[in-house]
Amino acid sequence: MMHAVTRPLGPGQRSQRRWDDGRAAKEVVGTFSKDNERLSGLERIEIYNRMYWFRTLDSLYEDLPGLRAVLGERKFMRLIETYLVKQPSRSFTLRDLPSRLGKFIRSHRSLTAPHTALAADMTSFEWAQIECFDGASRPPMTPADLTKTPPGRLRMNLQPQLRLLVLRYPVDDYAIALKRNAMRADASNAVESAKASNRSTPRVRRPKAKRTYLAVHRHEGTIYFKNLELASYRMLTALRDGKTLPQAVAAAGPRVKPAQVQAWFANWMQLGWFCPR
Amino acid sequence: MPANAFNGFNDFGIGLGLRVPHYGHILEQKPVVDWFEIISETFMVDGGRPLEVLDEILEQYRVVQHGVSLYFGSADKPDRHQLRRLKALCKRTQTPWLSDHLCWGSVDGTYSHDLLPMPYTFSAAKRTAEKIRQVRDYLEVPICVENVSSYAAFHQSEMTEWEFLSEVVERADCGILLDVNNIYVSSKNHDFDPYVYLNEVPHHRVGQMHIAGHTKFEKYLLDTHDHPVLDPVWKLYAHATKLCGVTATLLEWDDKIPSFDEVHHEALKANEFIDGAKEAQTTSARA
Repeated sequence: MMHAVTRPLGPGQRSQRRWDDGRAAKEVVGTFSKDNERLSGLERIEIYNRMYWFRTLDSLYEDLPGLRAVLGERKFMRLIETYLVKQPSRSFTLRDLPSRLGKFIRSHRSLTAPHTALAADMTSFEWAQIECFDGASRPPMTPADLTKTPPGRLRMNLQPQLRLLVLRYPVDDYAIALKRNAMRADASNAVESAKASNRSTPRVRRPKAKRTYLAVHRHEGTIYFKNLELASYRMLTALRDGKTLPQAVAAAGPRVKPAQVQAWFANWMQLGWFCPR
Repeated sequence: MPANAFNGFNDFGIGLGLRVPHYGHILEQKPVVDWFEIISETFMVDGGRPLEVLDEILEQYRVVQHGVSLYFGSADKPDRHQLRRLKALCKRTQTPWLSDHLCWGSVDGTYSHDLLPMPYTFSAAKRTAEKIRQVRDYLEVPICVENVSSYAAFHQSEMTEWEFLSEVVERADCGILLDVNNIYVSSKNHDFDPYVYLNEVPHHRVGQMHIAGHTKFEKYLLDTHDHPVLDPVWKLYAHATKLCGVTATLLEWDDKIPSFDEVHHEALKANEFIDGAKEAQTTSARA
């Protein structure tokens, strides 16, 4: 029955009339599902089949507005249908549905070509926001905590909700542009709904490639994105990986000036990104 | 019965489902509500806004957990990771009882995210009851299982739905979350008399009731939770309340959610039927 519930829908968003081996689906499903006076066994299971797809597709559709914009609606729907067929949910919660999509995009490039790298980046970025939204946060490190250990041996954790990303495209700028565009469209629809109904919102151009280092973090319940420099990204990942403070500063590279490190560090402390190890 | 072992001996009144569109209103206006039912899975997370809201709610209100993913009827063993998260949430909310559905929804760790109907067989009842016991022993909280609305029926079934529900809860020694709307929806989809269903379930095990709206399609009813409760469901609820006593009741409204006041007003209509049940109980006691 699980296969009958989860197999892709056919034309008209109805259950496929043929089973995988070519037999009539009515015959196969009829072996376990009973007819009643109004519906055949297949039609009764079809109710579940349709609900499965509407529920899972809706969930991904809502969670991945940026990926939708990158690919366009048709390509996006084809991608997520294929993803759900090949990698159905392995978690008790729908929240986790996009967790393996980034990897899937990279291993099924034809589904997103010619925008595979951008699509994979956007998926990583949107998944990072989901993880950040309800990820754990610990009491942040205080200046007093810093004085407890000699600087040469000081190690610290990053907040569990903080996500560090290396991307080939500036998807954060693109996501903000998409949001602004949607807000403008909403406003104009509200003012002149009759005219606007015949007019589509202008598309936001896909971004050009530009190496981007990004921190996705949460502050007082709101998700923020912060652009990092390569050196500051290296320093943060070194700290995350358990290196001491001097080792992390060294990882940032020889050209970084102490004043710059100090400024970054003060900013990150202010944002509460560090917690005791 | 009003307060029993299956609802932690609590005599709760009319509750509402805690839903995102109402967070602001509830936190700012602090309306008087007997209790809130939360969907456990929404709060089985490590932090962030969901838990902040929950903690604020817990300061003011009684909260009961209702789940959608334990899948007591699936052959899979309980997922330990899921149970650990659920237990942590139970500790946080101090839920007096916990409910989930009498259904299946996963196979070998692959999830449908739906409440799929079970074949009503003795072997399924035995296996399901065993799983309920395992989960209850781990969580250390009373469990009520909810009858689902269903659209399919199986050749394999050896009994009626209400016989199956009774078999499971007796074997598991657990409570019932009696969803009156689901009984009505299934009665239309499977052509049975909903009053027979109500008469036949073990009333002393009913720890909570659900009421909700549904949608009528040409050939079946769908449990949509996007409408006010319809008259035939209120009538069934009145009958259920007479049989089971005044029981903690919750209105489910999960889609096309109107204002908090509208949902609350709809839920409080249950009081009319509860009063009727109380009068009937007093009269029969005098006689």
